[in-house]
Amino acid sequence: MWNIGKGVLTLFVVLGFIFLLAPLLVVVPLSFNAEPYFTFTEGMLRFESEAYSLRWYRAIFESEEWLRAIQNSFFIGIFATILATILGTLAALGLNDPRLPFRKFVSALIISPIVTPIIVVAVGVFFFYTDIGLGQTYLGIILAHAMIGAPYVVITVSATLANFDYTLLRAAASLGANPWTAFSRVQLPIISRGVITGALFAFINSFDEVVIVVFMAGPKQRTIPREMWSGIREEISPTILAVATLLILLVVLVLITVELLKSFGEKNKLSAK
Amino acid sequence: MTAQYDIKSRIGPIGLALPLVAFIVITFLIPLANMIKESVYDADVADALPRTLRLLNDWVGPDLPSDEVFRTIAEEIVVLQENRTIGKIGIRVNRVVSGTRSVWGKTARRVDGVETDDMRTTMVGIDDRWSDLALWQGIKKAGQRYSAKHYLHAVDLTRGDDGSIRRVDTEQRVYNTLYLRTFWVALLVTLLCLVIGYPIAYAIAHTPPTLSKILLFCVLVPFWTSLLARATSWLVLLQSQGVVNDVLVWLGIVPDDGRLSLIRNMTGTLIAMTQNLLPFVILPTYAVLSSIPPTYMRAAASLGANPFQAFVRVYWPQSLPGIASGCLLVFILSIGFYITPAIVGGTKGQLISNMIAYHINDANNWGLAAAISVIVLMSVLILYVVFDRWVGVDKLKLS
Repeated sequence: MWNIGKGVLTLFVVLGFIFLLAPLLVVVPLSFNAEPYFTFTEGMLRFESEAYSLRWYRAIFESEEWLRAIQNSFFIGIFATILATILGTLAALGLNDPRLPFRKFVSALIISPIVTPIIVVAVGVFFFYTDIGLGQTYLGIILAHAMIGAPYVVITVSATLANFDYTLLRAAASLGANPWTAFSRVQLPIISRGVITGALFAFINSFDEVVIVVFMAGPKQRTIPREMWSGIREEISPTILAVATLLILLVVLVLITVELLKSFGEKNKLSAK
Repeated sequence: MTAQYDIKSRIGPIGLALPLVAFIVITFLIPLANMIKESVYDADVADALPRTLRLLNDWVGPDLPSDEVFRTIAEEIVVLQENRTIGKIGIRVNRVVSGTRSVWGKTARRVDGVETDDMRTTMVGIDDRWSDLALWQGIKKAGQRYSAKHYLHAVDLTRGDDGSIRRVDTEQRVYNTLYLRTFWVALLVTLLCLVIGYPIAYAIAHTPPTLSKILLFCVLVPFWTSLLARATSWLVLLQSQGVVNDVLVWLGIVPDDGRLSLIRNMTGTLIAMTQNLLPFVILPTYAVLSSIPPTYMRAAASLGANPFQAFVRVYWPQSLPGIASGCLLVFILSIGFYITPAIVGGTKGQLISNMIAYHINDANNWGLAAAISVIVLMSVLILYVVFDRWVGVDKLKLS
């Protein structure tokens, strides 16, 4: 009787995972479709090699718009990430100190950009940035993306700081290190995996963000998601499936990196013991 | 001696937190405050017709305004025509009194250079709508710098000529239906996420570490995958010639000529949004479930509880903080969802966010977009306050 319950639960969980992953699993093979269709052709189902092709990937790299979008996404993403990572790491160090006044309020303020509905953030940012002359500029989008990316850095760095052993800094000081040396040579390397993880999340976040970009970007600042957005709404071509596949691949690579960083950190902790 | 070996002690916690706090205030809080101002403040008409509006201050009707008012507005219209801003004023006044948009351009073209002692007759001669009291009341109304008109509009209310507030005509009511629909969709999506997500979180928390890691990875990949990539996939999966329908036809569940319409309607919005937001329930719930000591369940069993009782009385109550933060996040994010409904929802599956975007991108009515955004923002804030009273915002787990 109890086994039946377990069986039902397992089935339910498997179905849940299929639901969660189906959109990713279907879009990958379809992006290799030799025909301009959005469904599996007979040939694809029989695994004939002629039914598959790389033509939609070639189409991305032959299109000026897509190349420009890729360039823009990286440009905006990298600068937003640098800004978010520096500000976020410093703030996490400050937040971790019990002497900081209004700690609960400050952390709520810092987290607020990512728990506010993105449409509201985008409307506010669009009006204000247009008023002060940052509408349709790279700087405007970079600032907005840094603002929604910084909270991720604060969260991940705070998590690593929670386990940080402050006696290490005292040890460094007793060995003659000045505070800056102690920070850069002792503390930063130890919390670096939180910093890198946060930076990666901030980057992905900027790379995928579309609502702010839809409102703010001029024709020059169109990013990958912005290009997909108009592609889907105007005339949908399988090139979009190829782009989607590349984005999924990017996320998988980033998450594997994060996972490796995590297990590396755990090993470090073990060997330190 | 205070500790000086720590960079934190040198700069101090305030110095470290300040740059980001200042950054968020400038890039986030001030824009939000500005948006609130935008929703109640509109100086376009007031700045365009300052002298006319000052004269109209003393005018209430029922007679037409004095000839002086006509002469003043004629002069101001000529200036506006030269600045090429007359069209904008026409649009603004037209929002208050519809059907008056063409008055402005027509008058501007013909009033320039006219020398007359009786401007009133001349202007009524150009366009007899100048003798309409409603137009003058409309100008006065549109000329108010601060007004709640966008908020009234945003909840399907209007102010009558006598100043009383009433509901707009049935066929013009749009917003209240959309708030209600957004609320229901958010509620339904939250429930679906909980029903599908809880067992998944349970499974991840109670399998051997290796499998658990793989399963967690399978949740994180869709979580971080571009919303647009996921929306595209759903479009491909759910269309009538799409994979889901193909499989259903192949299995013989639906006939080939009776393919389900799963896209460009509410079904599409619900399916895609549930998948988009599922990780937001799974992750915090998993975090809480994995911290429940297994000894509690064994203790419950040894005290004579059957597995069902042990679950309901011991396990479930302890998982509530995770569920609560997950559900709150899903609900709040659902309220602001824009991309997915716009792509898979068609016209029937649109939510309030799509209306905000419409007023910014297409209708160019920023004040109204701001007012709706403020309403959405306030609802979310109220939810946080309720949540804080009930569970505590500091229990919110994001990763």
